[in-house]
Amino acid sequence: MSYPQPAGGTAPPPPTPDPPTGRREAVDRLRAVATTEPGRLRAIGALLALLLVAFGAVTAWQVADRASAADAVVGRSQPLSADAADAYRSLADADTTAASGFLAGSRESPAVRQRYEKDIALASGLLVKAAANAEDSDTARRQISRLNELLPRYTGLVESARANNRQGLPLGGAYLRTAGDLMRDDLLPAARELYEAETGRLGSDYADAKSWPWAALGLGLAALGALGWAQRRTYLRTNRVFNHGMLAATATAVVVLLWLVVGHALARSDLEGSSTEGARSLQVLTEARIGSLQARGDENLTLVARGAVLTENKDDAYEASYRDGMRKLVGEGGAAAAPGTLLARARDLADDSEGRDAVDAAVRGVREWQARHAEARAADDSGDYDRALPKVIGEKGSTGESFDRVDEQLRRALTHEQADFRAAADDGRGALAGLAAGAVVLAVLGAAGAVLGIGRRLSEYR
Amino acid sequence: MPGGLKGTQGPKSPGRPGISRGRPLALATTAAVCALVATVAAPAGPERPARTARDRVTTVAAEAPAAPVTCTDPEASLRPGDAADGPAVRRIKSRGRLIAGVDQDSFRWGYRNPSTGELSGFDIDLTRAIAKDILGDADKVTFLAIPTSQRIPALEKGKVDLIARTMSITCDRIRQVAFSTAYFVAGQQILAPRGSSVTAFDDSLTGKKVCAAKGATAESKLRDQPHGARLVTVPNQLDCLVRLQLGQVDAVLTDNALGAGLAAQDPSVELVGKPFTTDPYGVAMNLRDVDLVRRVNKVLDDYRGGGDNSPWMRAYTKWLAADLKGITAPPVPKYRD
Repeated sequence: MSYPQPAGGTAPPPPTPDPPTGRREAVDRLRAVATTEPGRLRAIGALLALLLVAFGAVTAWQVADRASAADAVVGRSQPLSADAADAYRSLADADTTAASGFLAGSRESPAVRQRYEKDIALASGLLVKAAANAEDSDTARRQISRLNELLPRYTGLVESARANNRQGLPLGGAYLRTAGDLMRDDLLPAARELYEAETGRLGSDYADAKSWPWAALGLGLAALGALGWAQRRTYLRTNRVFNHGMLAATATAVVVLLWLVVGHALARSDLEGSSTEGARSLQVLTEARIGSLQARGDENLTLVARGAVLTENKDDAYEASYRDGMRKLVGEGGAAAAPGTLLARARDLADDSEGRDAVDAAVRGVREWQARHAEARAADDSGDYDRALPKVIGEKGSTGESFDRVDEQLRRALTHEQADFRAAADDGRGALAGLAAGAVVLAVLGAAGAVLGIGRRLSEYR
Repeated sequence: MPGGLKGTQGPKSPGRPGISRGRPLALATTAAVCALVATVAAPAGPERPARTARDRVTTVAAEAPAAPVTCTDPEASLRPGDAADGPAVRRIKSRGRLIAGVDQDSFRWGYRNPSTGELSGFDIDLTRAIAKDILGDADKVTFLAIPTSQRIPALEKGKVDLIARTMSITCDRIRQVAFSTAYFVAGQQILAPRGSSVTAFDDSLTGKKVCAAKGATAESKLRDQPHGARLVTVPNQLDCLVRLQLGQVDAVLTDNALGAGLAAQDPSVELVGKPFTTDPYGVAMNLRDVDLVRRVNKVLDDYRGGGDNSPWMRAYTKWLAADLKGITAPPVPKYRD
């Protein structure tokens, strides 16, 4: 090290005062380490051991982190997202079912009534469950409390509708429309936001599980580099090619590094698959199912409202909304779903024939539904309500039958994608199994090897 | 739906019929309309003059090339006649059924009971009386539930012979369809909970929330004369009763005929004050079916005749009297020929 001369200075620098004895000893020791070979060897041994242990520890920590994120995907955020989807769907289903039951009037079947009650019970149960898991999400908490506040109001309106309808009063229809408005303007948007918040958490758990463990990889490379350098140094000074201890340390470091890279890459690709094949598919199918439920609800309300609510263009508001929903679901024209529509996207995302079959069957169901709907509308528009009603809520040959078919196929597709998702995510979790513990054990062994190898050289100076 | 009904019509005739709006364009249009009605009517009765003294000539309309008449009494119809069946009546007779467009959602007027599927109400009874007169059997009617927006198209396309569906006779409509004489005169009136401090369409509304169907006459009346009330609009007047029951509004402004249908569904509300507009209801028919118009007017004459025991009074007592009090006689028919 060179000191710059003081500019134009002739006076010598003031002598540094002697350090106290304790510090002097420490300085002497450091000087010995830096200047004597045994000292240097000890320092190298310590550095290698430290690097290897740190590599093991950081690998264990980062892998455990990713494994727990993968666990969260499978065990928490995906089920929560699926629950939110179920709550969303059961609310839409309750509304659709309430309108069907209303149209049947006093002939409402117990099955319809039970379906409505089951939907409401399921939705409130899922909200309680979601609330218990919502500590860390403001959006989720806000939407849950909103849903809890609105749901009793909704059911109250539906019961008023039913009571008035049973007495033969048209007021019942107005109550049902009020309930339907509350559902579509307030409840469903809140349920949808909850679903999106839960799905967002799923996405962030995915990202956590998939992120590369850079710190561990860097430390692993540093440890290998240091081991290589130390061995080369030994070779240059002793002409001995192999130092067994350091060789063993190198081998363990290579194993841990390879295990980390391969294991993480595998986990990543499985999770990636689970996210694209499963989670995205599940989201689109859920949207499609809600869309078909809303279209069905609109179809029912068209008959309940009997032209009482019109759009700006003087068209029936519910019929217009039905058409809009169908456009988003399958689009216009041909037998297949138009590109970009929900069912076309669901079909593209389906990764095997079983998934595609279910979506194709759903599309066929929707086309049949549309044809029957057109007949029912034609009958109703020509004033033949008596003929239109059974075409919508009848047992056979009705739009209701087609809708049930569509709903069943979408449910089948959802179940299938759910299983797909689960399998891929489980594989992803499996790829990381044992890696954390293995990394620690191997790194400790490697550190021991390095220390032994250095110790061997050190003994030559005794 | 009656509320929607109001929403679909054009500007309504002002308060009292017979007072023209005084806008040159409106006058010119209505002049042309009445001229059209008159020309269509003319071939059916060559002995009648195309125009009568009832058609008033105005200075503005005089500039129009068409026959200068104004629409002062849109409810003035053609005189009854049943001597010989015209083409429309023959068409119904050969079919053996009258096809009538009705409402199925207007309580006390035309309403389908959800548990029985039966249609009933004032308009339904009237339609049956027409079928009985033409076909000899009150049950030979095919009722079609025609939405508000489809009433005029249904007549124009010949899907129905007539529409009996709380349809008010207005200057705008008489150029598209022919109306019978008025069979009921409704008016805007306030509906409020019993014992409410709201007593009429006046300053008792100050600070209150008043509901009206969007696009209905009631909405424009409230905008013109709010009386310190806050207006709440909903798609349909039935929704107003829902809001009233839920405590979201304090009163409803509506046509009293439909208001009676609302009051009939909730014993705790009633029509208060006096109606402050007049709104004649007529049976609508195709402009070409002149003979049917005369025949229906004859049926209406019979329906109204007989004093307190007339079929009209019996129907009024059955469907409306409980909630729409104070009517002692059917409206007096007006004719333009």
